[in-house]
Amino acid sequence: MTATAPGRIALRGISVSFPAGRDDRLVALDGVDLVVEPGQIVALIGPNGSGKSTLLRVVAGLLAPDAGTASIDGRPIDGPDPRVGLVFQEPRLLPWRTTAANIAYPLELAGVARAERDARVATLLGTVGIEAAASQVPSQLSGGMRQRAALARTLALGPRVLLLDEPFSALDELTRERLNLELLAITARTPTTVVLVTHSVQEAIFLADRVVVLSARPGRVAADLRVSLPRPRSFGDLDAAVVSSTAHEIRAALGEAAA
Amino acid sequence: MTALQAGARARAGGLARIPAAAGAAIALVVFIAVWKLIVIISGYPPFILPAPELVAARFISAWADGTIAPHAFRTLYEVALGFGIGAGLALVVGYVLARLPLAERLLSPYLVAAQATPILALAPLLALWFGPGLTAKIVICALIVFFPVAIATMVGVRAVDARLLELARSLRATRWQIVTTLEIPAALPAIFGGLRVGVTLAVVGAIVGEWTGATRGLGVLVNIARGSLFDIPLLFATLLTIALLGIVLYGLVVLVERALVGAR
Repeated sequence: MTATAPGRIALRGISVSFPAGRDDRLVALDGVDLVVEPGQIVALIGPNGSGKSTLLRVVAGLLAPDAGTASIDGRPIDGPDPRVGLVFQEPRLLPWRTTAANIAYPLELAGVARAERDARVATLLGTVGIEAAASQVPSQLSGGMRQRAALARTLALGPRVLLLDEPFSALDELTRERLNLELLAITARTPTTVVLVTHSVQEAIFLADRVVVLSARPGRVAADLRVSLPRPRSFGDLDAAVVSSTAHEIRAALGEAAA
Repeated sequence: MTALQAGARARAGGLARIPAAAGAAIALVVFIAVWKLIVIISGYPPFILPAPELVAARFISAWADGTIAPHAFRTLYEVALGFGIGAGLALVVGYVLARLPLAERLLSPYLVAAQATPILALAPLLALWFGPGLTAKIVICALIVFFPVAIATMVGVRAVDARLLELARSLRATRWQIVTTLEIPAALPAIFGGLRVGVTLAVVGAIVGEWTGATRGLGVLVNIARGSLFDIPLLFATLLTIALLGIVLYGLVVLVERALVGAR
């Protein structure tokens, strides 16, 4: 529990490849260097196949890189780490469990006592605003509520690093915007390092301090751009001149990345 | 309502509004009426085809005077033990088959061969090996239950969503936690499909086992009623008892299934 540098991600020379057919390998990531400072919000953006999700899985400890080192707060990542929480593209709720029991799942696995579990779940239900759905099963929830439940589940263990793999991409525009706002509010309350994968330039600018553009396969860092938009942010900020110039830069980098 | 009934009723269309219980009652009345009609038209003597009311009277009297009960409880005991042991082993083996492809390649020919060999042909051999006591009946029961439950478990565990497994891994679930909190609950509907088939087969297994040599059991009573007693209404009453035993056990499995799987 280092108080000085909570949630600093350091990736150096990360390369990942997958077997593709006989004797052949598909290079997903090729020498990616990336340092994310504690409390920073970084958006990963790039064309399909640029290895965004792969990079997230390396940080989550679900995938060991072929080469390079990955560490959090100086400690190498050698497997799924309690300091890291991952929100998947799909909610991935257990269909036979209620919302509350789904949120309690990581706490159960970690051996947290029942009374404390219940208390934490009650708080988390409030954090993501789905108290009313506590005893419903996933098939009874809307897509937005399911993803809220998934977010609450990830927050249950109090991660210092939050990884989001296009978490709201399957939702409608309005729900996505509202969830993005709430995500900002949540991460502002409890300082958390955030890395999120997105396809939307707008979303990247709205949420992130930095936008990292990955190139088409094999994935490399093609651009690393700062978003100098003050916080707290609101949708009105998206009209600011700085937004359109940043968006222009990202699109230019994406254009080169895809080429 | 079971999925089977739901499907049948969806297909029945216009008949779909008849409640399940009423449907079963109507079917029973029709069955008994046809039975009675055949008895009247054919004029078969009671030792070939007794009338339904004769069988009903014998069923009641044989239960009341303790003719059936000891045999029925003996068979129930064999079924319970055989089903419990066979299904228990099948769950473990089915899981291993699902998660170790090598085990499936090595073992599946033997499993299929064991299943393809009629239990009627195997039973005398098992009786020879295990003697005339309880053991042979339990082994036969367990053997016949094993295959459907093992295959259902294997299929159910294989079908567990890989994305949920990745989620559990990301939450640092141990191997055992993955089994108990994810794989078993997810495979439960499939496993119960196997248990439903298995429990009815277990009754068959017990009767077959009793035929190879026993002093008590519904299979024994069938032979006694047809042979030394030549009490054909009792034979029918015994068959009715066997059928009811199967229905009750199947119903129990469905009840447990509903309690465990129902809320999805």
